[in-house]
Amino acid sequence: MTAEPSDPAPFAWTRKHLLGLEELSREEITAILDTAEAFSEVSNRSRKKVPALQGRIVFNLFFENSTRTRTSFSLAAKRLSADVQDFSANVSSISKGETFIDTAKNIEAMGCDVMVVRHPTPGAPHLLSQHVQSSIINAGDGAHEHPTQGLLDLMTIRRAKGSFEGLTVALLGDIAHSRVARSNIWGLLKLGAKVILCGPPTLVPRSMERLGCEVAYHLDEILPRCDVVNVLRIQFERQQRGLFPSVGEYSQFYMMTRERVRKAKDDLLILAPGPINRGVELTPEVADGDHSAILDQVHNGLAVRMAVLYFLSGKNPDAE
Amino acid sequence: MPTIQITGGRVIDPSRDLDATGDVWIRDGKIAPDGGGEPADTVVDARGLIVAPGLIDVHVHLREPGQEEDETIATGAAAALAGGVTTVACMPNTLPPIDTQAAAEFVVLQGQRARQANVYPVGCVSKGREGKEMATLGQLVAGGAVAFTDDGAPVSNAGLMRRALEYSKMFNLVIMQHCQVMELTDGGVMNEGFESTRLGLGGMPAAAEDIMVARDIRLAEITGGRLHVQHISTARAVELVREGKKRGIRVTAEACPHHFSLTDDRLRTFDSNFKMNPPLRTAEDVAAVIEGLKDDTIEILCTDHAPHAREKKMRELDHAPFGIVGLETLLPITVTHLIEPGHLTWPQAIRKLTINAANLLNLPRKGTLRPGADADVTVIDPALAWTVEAARLRSKSKNTPYDGWRVRGRAHTVIVGGEIRYALGGADDVA
Repeated sequence: MTAEPSDPAPFAWTRKHLLGLEELSREEITAILDTAEAFSEVSNRSRKKVPALQGRIVFNLFFENSTRTRTSFSLAAKRLSADVQDFSANVSSISKGETFIDTAKNIEAMGCDVMVVRHPTPGAPHLLSQHVQSSIINAGDGAHEHPTQGLLDLMTIRRAKGSFEGLTVALLGDIAHSRVARSNIWGLLKLGAKVILCGPPTLVPRSMERLGCEVAYHLDEILPRCDVVNVLRIQFERQQRGLFPSVGEYSQFYMMTRERVRKAKDDLLILAPGPINRGVELTPEVADGDHSAILDQVHNGLAVRMAVLYFLSGKNPDAE
Repeated sequence: MPTIQITGGRVIDPSRDLDATGDVWIRDGKIAPDGGGEPADTVVDARGLIVAPGLIDVHVHLREPGQEEDETIATGAAAALAGGVTTVACMPNTLPPIDTQAAAEFVVLQGQRARQANVYPVGCVSKGREGKEMATLGQLVAGGAVAFTDDGAPVSNAGLMRRALEYSKMFNLVIMQHCQVMELTDGGVMNEGFESTRLGLGGMPAAAEDIMVARDIRLAEITGGRLHVQHISTARAVELVREGKKRGIRVTAEACPHHFSLTDDRLRTFDSNFKMNPPLRTAEDVAAVIEGLKDDTIEILCTDHAPHAREKKMRELDHAPFGIVGLETLLPITVTHLIEPGHLTWPQAIRKLTINAANLLNLPRKGTLRPGADADVTVIDPALAWTVEAARLRSKSKNTPYDGWRVRGRAHTVIVGGEIRYALGGADDVA
């Protein structure tokens, strides 16, 4: 049995951290996706493990609730034979003093090679990367970036569509507060796709156009042009803050329904980073229908996270 | 008291439109017309240097009482001297706030004990800085207050602001307003715009400042009170003040170095030393602030010196407090960003740091080298190139965005009340 991906990309990875897709080059993104493809096969084996990260320690440092992302990172690390430890902190308990950095330093003192960090404040993983020796993977920092989610979306699209050139991808919903949106935007633009941001004006700032995206308010007008729709989750507290009048009204304008899918391209691909609110962003029959790639995303997420851990830890020249 | 002769310097005293090489004499703590035929006890050789009235900073936070871990009146007033500033006006957002005569007297007393720069208290507009009831402004004046503000937060209630502008007329003192509509900045940590959108950080729109400036200028107009717009940072706010002045309204404005030297794209580093309120704005706003300084719409330069201890400031951006230290970088950033690029001449810049500030605070014996004035003098080496090092600042806190900047211009000798209290390279110069 081969221990390593059979066809490692002829590419020298030099980064110590993965903080966002904004700073990655097209080549770096492609290298991760190619390696993820190689790792994807591991998940289909009966013995789902390779020894690449044997003896390495991966800490999941989550300062915000998450089950799916943390589980995915844990499994990815375990499949690479790393030791994994979870650390979840209640944000309110770390809201005093330097405890966020102190917490990370304490964890590092126990021995740590990679920290997977989720935090409600943009830039928190960046701050941490200046204070610890470990490699940092940003697993979501506020509304800023969620690079592995972006990468798994890219992988899912590439698998379904082959390439990004000429592709039109709509990100739908709460763009303003979405780290998934930002990571998608950077990744998709670098790989050559056209990106449409669609949602109510209170959730889709016009200034997003300056990133090179189209901004649209009416889904029905843009849907026929789309090859991919990435349906972002609506957080109900946005409605409480008055950013849209009601969930019902939101659904009327932006829910992916069977009727809407019927008017779209035959090969429309529907992604949703989840967790999804059925009956709000998507109807159940669309979520479970032929166009939906939601479960593929979860599968690919594991492969992408294995690739990232592999690059940052297993083959990181700085770490040797 | 020993007499001092500052000799051979370029004396710039905008209060008298003076810009000429000459000597400045000091006797008994006052500026003297000449030496009276006697040789001076102390001679300061100012050849190649600028001799100016002691600089006045109308906007500092010295954190005492209540947050002495960030700064004390003694450390802040010492930092002022190292920056060439001989007089500071302390904002009242301390713990407790300066909203009574006794509290104001405490600030005065601590300033006297420190014997560094002159320290004047600014009193609260509202009791407890709660924005509800007017503070005892008259008693604050009796305690030494030279202006009123709820700075740190605006006086949001338009009725209270109107009454404060009216009532303060009996003292002819200014209401300093931190102009911000709070409902528009909730959750914000930086300027709202392309950069905040890109970074996913909460935004504070320029309109939040503009709207409050517009409201308060109108209130100053109907009351005849004196409105001072603090730390102006937006293009539209500068335009509103310009219009207000044209209409004869009693409105003045101040600008801080960070608002004419830095823009919001600095936040890309997520460094909390670029988090302040008002936030760093866009290049267009910076250009407008500079234009406002050039045409005297903005007549005052100051710092909004806001020290925060390292453990408070070196945090995630959402949790880090707003503000940066500024006293020791006011002069060099003014030199490198206003004087050297040709926006302001030395006399214009010094005017904004001296006589205009003294007039704002009604301090007739400050900000001038007129004989009989308090002998507060700042001798400046305008050509001295140096590197800002956060760790070597005298301020108790080191939260500066200018760490590592190569700058020019520095205080050489600083005299307060006829006493040399700071000399660059001297025994008390830790830099």
